[in-house]
Amino acid sequence: MVSGSRVKQAGWPPVLASKMRFMLLFSRQGKLRLQKWYTATAERDKKKMVRELMQVVLARKPKMCSFLEWRDLKIVYKRYASLYFCCAVEEQDNELITLEVIHRFVELLDKYFGSVCELDIIFNFEKAYFILDEFLMGGEIQDTSKKSVLKAIEQADLLQEEDESPRSVLEEMGLA
Amino acid sequence: MCSCYYSSVWLHVNTGECNLASKHVPLQYLITLHWFETLFLCVFQRMPAPIRLRELIRTIRTARTQAEEREMIQKECAAIRSSFREEDNTYRCRNVAKLLYMHMLGYPAHFGQLECLKLIASQKFTDKRIGYLGAMLLLDERQDVHLLMTNCIKNDLNHSTQYVQGLALCTLGCMGSSEMCRDLAGEVEKLLKTSNSYLRKKAALCAVHVIRKVPELMEMFLPATKNLLSEKNHGVLHTSVVLLTEMCERSPDMLLHFRKLVPQLVRILKNLIMSGYSPEHDVSGISDPFLQVRILRLLRILGRSDDDSSEAMNDILAQVATNTETSKNVGNAILYETVLTIMDIKSESGLRVLAINILGRFLLNNDKNIRYVALTSLLKTVQTDHNAVQRHRSTIVDCLKDLDVSIKRRAMELSFALVNGNNIRGMMKELLYFLDSCDPEFKADCASGVFLAAEKYAPSKRWHIDTIMRVLTTAGSYVRDDSVPNLIQLITNSVEMHAYTVQRLYKALLDDISQQPLVQVSSWCIGEYGDLLVSGQCEEEEPIQVTEDEVLDVLEGLLVSNLSTPVTRGYSLTAIMKLSTRFSSVNRIKKVVSIYSSSIDVELQQRAVEYNALFKKYDHMRPALLERMPIMEKTASNGPTEIMQTNGETEPSVPDTKHLPLVTQPANQANDLLDLLGGNDVVPVIQTTLPTKPASAGGELLDLLGDLSLSGGLAPAPSVPVSQPPFLLDGLSSQPLFNDTSAAIPPMTAYSKNGLKIEFTFERANPNPNIAVITIHATNTTEADMTEFVFQAAVPKTFQLQLLSPSSNIVPALNQGSVTQVIRVLNPQKQQLRMRVKLTYTHKGSPVQDLAEVNNFPPQSWQ
Repeated sequence: MVSGSRVKQAGWPPVLASKMRFMLLFSRQGKLRLQKWYTATAERDKKKMVRELMQVVLARKPKMCSFLEWRDLKIVYKRYASLYFCCAVEEQDNELITLEVIHRFVELLDKYFGSVCELDIIFNFEKAYFILDEFLMGGEIQDTSKKSVLKAIEQADLLQEEDESPRSVLEEMGLA
Repeated sequence: MCSCYYSSVWLHVNTGECNLASKHVPLQYLITLHWFETLFLCVFQRMPAPIRLRELIRTIRTARTQAEEREMIQKECAAIRSSFREEDNTYRCRNVAKLLYMHMLGYPAHFGQLECLKLIASQKFTDKRIGYLGAMLLLDERQDVHLLMTNCIKNDLNHSTQYVQGLALCTLGCMGSSEMCRDLAGEVEKLLKTSNSYLRKKAALCAVHVIRKVPELMEMFLPATKNLLSEKNHGVLHTSVVLLTEMCERSPDMLLHFRKLVPQLVRILKNLIMSGYSPEHDVSGISDPFLQVRILRLLRILGRSDDDSSEAMNDILAQVATNTETSKNVGNAILYETVLTIMDIKSESGLRVLAINILGRFLLNNDKNIRYVALTSLLKTVQTDHNAVQRHRSTIVDCLKDLDVSIKRRAMELSFALVNGNNIRGMMKELLYFLDSCDPEFKADCASGVFLAAEKYAPSKRWHIDTIMRVLTTAGSYVRDDSVPNLIQLITNSVEMHAYTVQRLYKALLDDISQQPLVQVSSWCIGEYGDLLVSGQCEEEEPIQVTEDEVLDVLEGLLVSNLSTPVTRGYSLTAIMKLSTRFSSVNRIKKVVSIYSSSIDVELQQRAVEYNALFKKYDHMRPALLERMPIMEKTASNGPTEIMQTNGETEPSVPDTKHLPLVTQPANQANDLLDLLGGNDVVPVIQTTLPTKPASAGGELLDLLGDLSLSGGLAPAPSVPVSQPPFLLDGLSSQPLFNDTSAAIPPMTAYSKNGLKIEFTFERANPNPNIAVITIHATNTTEADMTEFVFQAAVPKTFQLQLLSPSSNIVPALNQGSVTQVIRVLNPQKQQLRMRVKLTYTHKGSPVQDLAEVNNFPPQSWQ
């Protein structure tokens, strides 16, 4: 019945499709700690956007609301200790649930590192990326269970350690 | 022996690189390893091992200056490059990881792109993990290099380890280009049908990406969607709902096809809200809010403009709306999504009222975020449920007083949307009060909102004129340029109000001559109705007693005041000229006009010369030329009739371009200036010939006078400036005509070196005289663009400085444009302003940096 299905044309109700465009982590001092872009963007534009956005967000007072309109995007941000977690979503997105997404990511980091702090993320930035990629994909949540995300990360870490565990001397000499 | 060393160092290499939390490695262990490494080097005399990632991070963090950091990174990059050149497999992973760190600090890392591909092709999981991460960070679909990955990803999608498959899916789902998606969609579809939920959830999101990139591949995934919703795993369930949403939104056929899923979705949602506590998916007592929100959104799409589906979800929506616990943000997130769904589908009226009431409750919430979404959603529904929203008006108006700009802005927009004929007086009182006290960034939008609303619903002409005058007196420098001609037109057309208006405006002028738009309107009206002013015919309020000389004093005062912009002076001179037929003191006027025929301001000079000619050669025509303006016909450019596009009852009769309340200074200022002068000043002089074609009138006048060779095409064609006589252009382009207050404080050149010139113009923020608003204009006379231009400024401790974001970071060559940036300086002690500026930019490929001290600020900017 759906054969030859039409692809959306102009005139069809506006696409509600929500999409997270990017996620940034930066410090109170305006240092970028993590950036994940879900749409292809030129390096130069990325830098410019990051710089501009940091300025806007850092200028806001602590008691202000977590949302702001910036360019054609909605920015949802939240500060955790010295770090700002900042997501750019589209007009149709639910800002409140985006805040929960941020919070969930922070919880995951916290569980993984054990009371995470900015230094953990600086020195283990690739781990933070691995966690983010296990939690979100293309800006959408992959799994709503914290447990299964963390389990997947642990398993992958184990796999990595296996890679690196020293082979015995005998093995090394080709005798095993 | 040798292999023993080798193995230890090997371990060390990997420990450093891959057991990434080096804080777990005992120090002693590291030292031992280090010793081994040294020994190893002695024995084999090979290149030294590159430093470890953590060590590099630690080192870079010790850098005290940017320059030091840059030097460290350059050194390390050189080492990494040479390691790459030698095809060193051992350290590739470590080197790429380091590169990714430097990339985050903003340094170029593109030379690691190919290395990422090599890592992906490696057999080791560690290599693959870093390789895919690097590919996602360093590559995107705009570089063809990414296509080289396709094959590796294909292999990895079929790998025996699910985590490798996961990496490949994640990378494809994050950065796959349409070509890649076409090549790999089959593999994704296969994985979508596996029983392994870890892969299935990733495959579902990957399919979403594929569909976004190549919509025609959508049908391929249709068979696999059949059993998706019967899945128990929440990860799979959530991603499946995302996939179904994407498909429904992209194709009407899919939407039709999936409508049959409504009962199933309702059941899942019901189970979620009824189910007891499940620790795995619970967030502050609510079971799986992420899934709930997603299902609600899919229901919204399925129920939109479909009665049956909407009917089928009415109950569950009511249930969610009433049963959701709202003490925490999660609960409100669900409620918010429910409200949006209710408003979007064909829901029962009772349910809609419930939804609006939820938003009304949101408005009273302590949490700013909740208030913000309430205002946003009320703004969306105000068209369809105008009366229901109207009931919350007072709460909404209260939000205008909120301290948070995001909330204020929303409240302002919503307030304007709620203005109607019944509440206009009350609402305008609130909004004018808001205009009075709000931040400068709101003034322009608020002023245009007031103008539009007043035009649409004004209860009386007098009220309308009073309102606009009020806006001009409180926020005069923020209104759009066209508000002056609009108001003039309004006044002209209200014949019975002329005496009243001119008297009010004259009084306003006596109080304050700094608000340029007001001064311009006042000048125009005094010129036009000066006789009414002097004769004291006002019926609306007690007439004032003024003499002709007093009136002329005021107008002449405008001509010499340094608060006046050139445009204002033009208005004023024309007003004086018009009074020559309304007043008896013609000689005084003749004298003024002849003085200005040698003014250094060419625009003013030209007018004066023309008027002089009118006195001398064409005196017989003068009374006819200077007769009172007839009632103007309403044109499209005057007074848009819509309210900011947010009001429901608007007629789309006016082109959209006229509705940009944000544009306070239209790009083509010269054009507007000419329109302005042509339209409202010069027309009366020749009204006998062309009363309704103001744009060309300026030229006609010039032809008539015959002593200037300007052609009639002058006004409408400023976009081809070359064809116009240069002196006029000079006058137009070199002066900031519409930057009203810049005339008050002279601009200054802060820096001029190597072709880069930086000019400061000043403005004193009205609400707080302690704040000086400085706009920098950077221009570049060299033949090459200056890129990555950064302007930084520092002030002594007694000041506070705020640097807003620049208009661009490229200063175009040959003066073909400028970069502007606003600096706000808080100077509570009114001390002499001093500033140190730092400029960095790249010129012809080489970075330039310079420092300068700026001390010669004009006293008006800080006193």
